[in-house]
Amino acid sequence: MTQQTLVLSVLLFAIGAVGFLVRRNAIVVLMSVELMLNACNLAFVAFSRQLADMTGHVYVFMIMTVAAAEAAVGLAIVVLIFRTRRAVNLDEINLMKG
Amino acid sequence: MEEATVFTFLRWIPALPLAGFLLNIFGARTETAGHGKAARVHWIACLAPFGSFLVALWAFAKLLALEPEARRLTDTVFTWISSGDFSAALRFSMDPLSAVMTLVVTGVGFLIHVYSVGYMHGDRGYARYFAYLNLFMAMMLLLVLGDNLLLLFLGWEGVGLCSYFLIGFWYEDPEKAYAGLKAFVVNRIGDFGFLLGIFLLFWTLGQHGIWTIDFSVIRQHVHLLGPTVITAICLLLFMGAMGKSAQFPLYVWLPDAMAGPTPVSALIHAATMVTAGVYMVARMNFLYAASDFACQWVAWFGAFTALFAATIGICQNDIKKVLAYSTVSQLGYMFVGVGVGAYAAGIFHLMTHAFFKALLFLGAGSVMHAVGGETDIQKMGGLRSKMPWTFWTFVIATLAIAGFPPFSGFFSKDEILWMAFSSAHGSPALWAVLWVGAAVTSFYMFRLVFLTFFDKPRDHHLHEHAHESPAVMTVPLALLAVGAATAGFVGIPESWGLGHNLFETWLEPVFGKPHHGAHFSHATELLFVVLSVAAGAGGLLLAWIFYLRSKDLPVRAAQAFPALYRLLYNKYYVDEIYDFLFVRPIRTISEKVLWNLMDAGFVDNGLVNGTARFFQGAARALRRLQVGDVQSYGFAMILGVLAIVGFLLFK
Repeated sequence: MTQQTLVLSVLLFAIGAVGFLVRRNAIVVLMSVELMLNACNLAFVAFSRQLADMTGHVYVFMIMTVAAAEAAVGLAIVVLIFRTRRAVNLDEINLMKG
Repeated sequence: MEEATVFTFLRWIPALPLAGFLLNIFGARTETAGHGKAARVHWIACLAPFGSFLVALWAFAKLLALEPEARRLTDTVFTWISSGDFSAALRFSMDPLSAVMTLVVTGVGFLIHVYSVGYMHGDRGYARYFAYLNLFMAMMLLLVLGDNLLLLFLGWEGVGLCSYFLIGFWYEDPEKAYAGLKAFVVNRIGDFGFLLGIFLLFWTLGQHGIWTIDFSVIRQHVHLLGPTVITAICLLLFMGAMGKSAQFPLYVWLPDAMAGPTPVSALIHAATMVTAGVYMVARMNFLYAASDFACQWVAWFGAFTALFAATIGICQNDIKKVLAYSTVSQLGYMFVGVGVGAYAAGIFHLMTHAFFKALLFLGAGSVMHAVGGETDIQKMGGLRSKMPWTFWTFVIATLAIAGFPPFSGFFSKDEILWMAFSSAHGSPALWAVLWVGAAVTSFYMFRLVFLTFFDKPRDHHLHEHAHESPAVMTVPLALLAVGAATAGFVGIPESWGLGHNLFETWLEPVFGKPHHGAHFSHATELLFVVLSVAAGAGGLLLAWIFYLRSKDLPVRAAQAFPALYRLLYNKYYVDEIYDFLFVRPIRTISEKVLWNLMDAGFVDNGLVNGTARFFQGAARALRRLQVGDVQSYGFAMILGVLAIVGFLLFK
């Protein structure tokens, strides 16, 4: 049971990672970050159930809180950038030349 | 160590001119801004050597009051180097030898300073000139009064430096500046040998546990060294003398040095600096006396140079060049003197030479002043009526250099010739070379006198404006003439029955009892005296025939022997040979290899620019790490995580 959950967790993490690296839309990138975080949550819960220890669940609480806050801030930044640059495509909001 | 009396005023002898230098080089504008400023410069500059002269006289008086064996005054200023067993102090010491040198340097030097006031009047670099002249005096006095080889070498280098400054005094003319450079570079070659000699001496003595460069200590322990080592040291030291005292093959700088102001030529390149080599050999007499080979070497090099330079002198038309070659030649005589062991004779000639050669140069300067700077004697003539003082003093000097009695040069030159024949290191061959040289000397000197002062003027315009020089120039001439005429009387040979040779006796504490040719009779000695005078008279007669009676003879002789004439006129092409053998290759290597390849290529391009290029490249590569693109950063992070996980899994 645990193993399958972990496999799912890894898959979700991988999908999130690839999405983070490859996608051009800023909001999709943030979504991928959320996906990665939640994949970690799943892994925590799986281990917590296996070891019959509440510590894992408590960790998940923390992570969810942080994820929520970070998502709020991230989306706020995207909104602000959109106000000036009228774009959410990462290629278009890159000022560096190198 | 012989007992020595302490005399703390000795330090003032070099210190006064040094102070004069500092005051004039820093305190005065280099442009003469009017008579007031110039006066301050020359008062400081002339009082300094005069003060030194007075202190030197005082020291001399003190020496006279002492017993001959105890005639040594010392003045230790401070301990300069102190390292384990070795120590070297800044100590001045005056013994009979350095007393003679000091009096000559300060006395003649002072007169030349006074003369310069007239000669350099109105020159833009008036203050700079006198500053350098004073610095030279300080350095030369350091050389002769120094108690160890370190101070001697310091003074040696110092006078070389001042020579460079003063020869290239009118540096705006590139040729004159180059002449100064040539002097310094050629001297340096000699100094290389000199340094090696000092090092060898220091090191080999040190192997026996004696770590010193003090003359008195070296003298005590010289017997510890092996003959080969001593010979090597003597020859290396002589290399320095060859450079400084313009002997073959390092004499080439002296004729070029005539580019400097004439009083400089008189002081540095006649009376004092060039005699430093002779002084050095005399000072190290205990070393040379221990090596027969070195003595022969010195004597023969001197003799060769004496004749060689004299032959060049007969064809030169520049008044100063004739005197320059004459100096080289006379220095050769001095080296023969010290080479055959007649150290007193060599120093005697040094002293008389200082008088008459300085007089000749100053006289030449007076003539040049009168004819507006012209130096070509072919354009002169008939000047004796226009400049009587210059003429008569010049004639006295010429009679002295040609060795006519009772003038000073007669006594000193005759002594050298006699010792060249009769002493243990001498030989009839050596005497013969010098005797021919004496005849040639007389010839070219009287040629100079006849062409310059006698006969009808060849350039009337020059003759029109010719005038006698002011008193500030003619009084030193007169005083030097007194010296040139009478200085010989302190060295009358014993065999004349008029008592001891005062000069020789005075120098006995330094040189030991002289080894006279005891197996020659007085009659033989007198015969040689007659022969010497005959040589001088012969030269005079020949010059009279060539330049006053049958004036077409020089031209006809030149046409009859064109190759020989060309050889002599072009100074045996020595400068051209050196240029081909040394100057040009060194120049090419310097430019093509050292400059282009190594300096510009390797250091500038390779190291400096290369470092820059390396960092530029590295930066270009590393720049990609920071693109501001979050996704790239994320990628890097994931790679890192994978690396760590992989490491942990597979370790």
